[in-house]
Amino acid sequence: MFRKILVANRGEIAVRVIRACRELGIPSAAVYSDADRAALHVLMADEAYSVGTAAAAESYLNISKILEVAKCCGADAIHPGYGFLSENAKFAQACAGAGIKFIGPSAASMEMMGSKTRARQEMEKAGVPFVPGTSRALESVQQAKEIAAKIGYPVMLKAAAGGGGKGMRLVHTAEALQPSLEAAQSEAQRAFGDGEVYLEKAILNPRHIEMQVLADEHGNAVYLGERECSIQRRHQKVLEEAPSLLVGPEMRRRMGEVAVRAAKASDYWNAGTVEFLVDAEKNFYFLEMNTRLQVEHPVTELVTGLDLVHLQIRIAAGEELPFRQEDIVIRGHAIECRIYAEDADNNFFPSPGKIETLLSPAGPGIRLDNGVYAGWTVPIDYDPLLAKLIAYGQDRQQAISRLARALPEYFVAGIKTNLGLFRRILADKSFQSGEIDTGYLERLLKIETDGEDRKGTADVAAMAAAVFTVLESRVTASNNGTGVAGAGPATSSWKRAARTEGLM
Amino acid sequence: MPLPCAGQVWDGRGALLQWNFEMIYNVAIDGTVFRLDLDLDRETGSWRCLLDGREVQIDAVLAQPDVLSIVIAGRAYQIRRERLASDVRIWVGDQSYAAEVSDSRSLRSRKARADSGKGPRPLVAPMPGKVVRFLVGVNSPVEAGQGVVVVEAMKMQNEIKSPKKGTVLKLAVAEGAAVNAGDVLAIVE
Repeated sequence: MFRKILVANRGEIAVRVIRACRELGIPSAAVYSDADRAALHVLMADEAYSVGTAAAAESYLNISKILEVAKCCGADAIHPGYGFLSENAKFAQACAGAGIKFIGPSAASMEMMGSKTRARQEMEKAGVPFVPGTSRALESVQQAKEIAAKIGYPVMLKAAAGGGGKGMRLVHTAEALQPSLEAAQSEAQRAFGDGEVYLEKAILNPRHIEMQVLADEHGNAVYLGERECSIQRRHQKVLEEAPSLLVGPEMRRRMGEVAVRAAKASDYWNAGTVEFLVDAEKNFYFLEMNTRLQVEHPVTELVTGLDLVHLQIRIAAGEELPFRQEDIVIRGHAIECRIYAEDADNNFFPSPGKIETLLSPAGPGIRLDNGVYAGWTVPIDYDPLLAKLIAYGQDRQQAISRLARALPEYFVAGIKTNLGLFRRILADKSFQSGEIDTGYLERLLKIETDGEDRKGTADVAAMAAAVFTVLESRVTASNNGTGVAGAGPATSSWKRAARTEGLM
Repeated sequence: MPLPCAGQVWDGRGALLQWNFEMIYNVAIDGTVFRLDLDLDRETGSWRCLLDGREVQIDAVLAQPDVLSIVIAGRAYQIRRERLASDVRIWVGDQSYAAEVSDSRSLRSRKARADSGKGPRPLVAPMPGKVVRFLVGVNSPVEAGQGVVVVEAMKMQNEIKSPKKGTVLKLAVAEGAAVNAGDVLAIVE
């Protein structure tokens, strides 16, 4: 086993990995930027080293600095977490060159999966299903019509050089194909200087379901079941669950076997995730493979009873998988909420700042993977993920009711969070019945909420507001000797001024 | 016989003659204004509370900064307060309200200034009730905060205090008169 593990990350995932290290009896070394000196992961690690300024490129992405720290402190392994350097093949290569074990797949596997075209070639060879269509540019309208007729409408035209929706056209009928193709080509030409357009079957309102795989360095690989990740906002996952209501045992086996084939085709080892698009008929298509631990890994841990970070470390240390596929049992249901520092009332803008009060939920079936504390200032420099609230239950119903119970226990003051969004999702009938797809959250957010049902406790709020004021004026009175019933520090200066005038 | 505390007037034989609430606030909750008359016995921690003139049995303890446990007639609430740059929000369970607390004396005096400029200021009845008696006469000098008139409401006597140091210009109603909330009781200049 390793002598010491350097955790090349921050926030809740760094805390998560540090905890696993402690559980395994391995000393951990944190790294931090200038903005993170007081961050929770620094408080929790056995050792901590500064790696640069707040800008991630100067600190958490600084390969040479991180390797230098690892060598100096005697770490013989690095856990990259997710994000930052976790999918950087150069970093994995540099670790190997420095004689430090990278806890993740090989640089070669990462490179292969990182290239869309190479990944597609290898995956198709291994029999991994892709969305039907052409992977190369269309040569003529006639060719487009033939292919579209073969795979069936609706189809999607996509710019080969594209991204961000430019050069994309959804086509429902053969008649609309020619004008749409010409429009897409000219838009692609203008946007990317390349008018090449290809065609795919359009998957309307797909689900996003991914399969966790785990492979050791001795050729053994297993799948640990799927995660339903369809609840997204602007391609960012918000709530994930395992298992998916759509996926039964038979479909799980088929998806899992495809995922294991994909891993084996890239000589993959350690933890990885194969993402699929799933259509209404339960056809699933390869999207990409994430060559790292996922943010949402806890839901898989809860339903399998396995600790993925422990397993990552053991695999990296050269151990064989301690179980076979038939030993993996999915039991119960888990749901994760990603708690972000963002303002749900203001288009989900990030809301960094000082956390004044933090009350955390706990109790049966509740897991909180948290990276912050009261009194700490969430820096503006990084991803606004504060924590992940995960509920486990014997079934989906119980997991939902535990989450619904835990959410009001959770309170973060000083910065805005998206906690209120989860109350809305959990209360929504479509969510409760599992009718979700990647368009679900945008549709939910378009529904206006009526504030009228919230008036039930306004009188309680009024009494509480006044009581706060009295209790604080008492402190003020005993501190400065005046008996004036002020409103304490809560009041704004104009209010204080008004009061002073009133007492003249 | 209970020990007298600030704001209470006893008749010497153990009967409570009147109760002057020490703290009176107007609390705007999402724009709706509630009037709160509060007293806190600092020895025992017990409260007296009128919500819009109606007596409510409350018990309240600050659990930690910005977290209050309040028990209202046996119903327990955990209240959280969020202080934002723009406003203060009070959370009751998963419901949140914008809250603005103002000292009712301050509000009254501001209203008075708005009504009649810098000069005389009216004392108004905070709730419907009956004028029990005046504690001072016309042309008497009064200090800011000195009791001017006693109004009884909900079987409770409340002393209405002068908003400023000055002279009682006028007594606007007769003793024994029924008044409504907002009625002018006296004017101090």
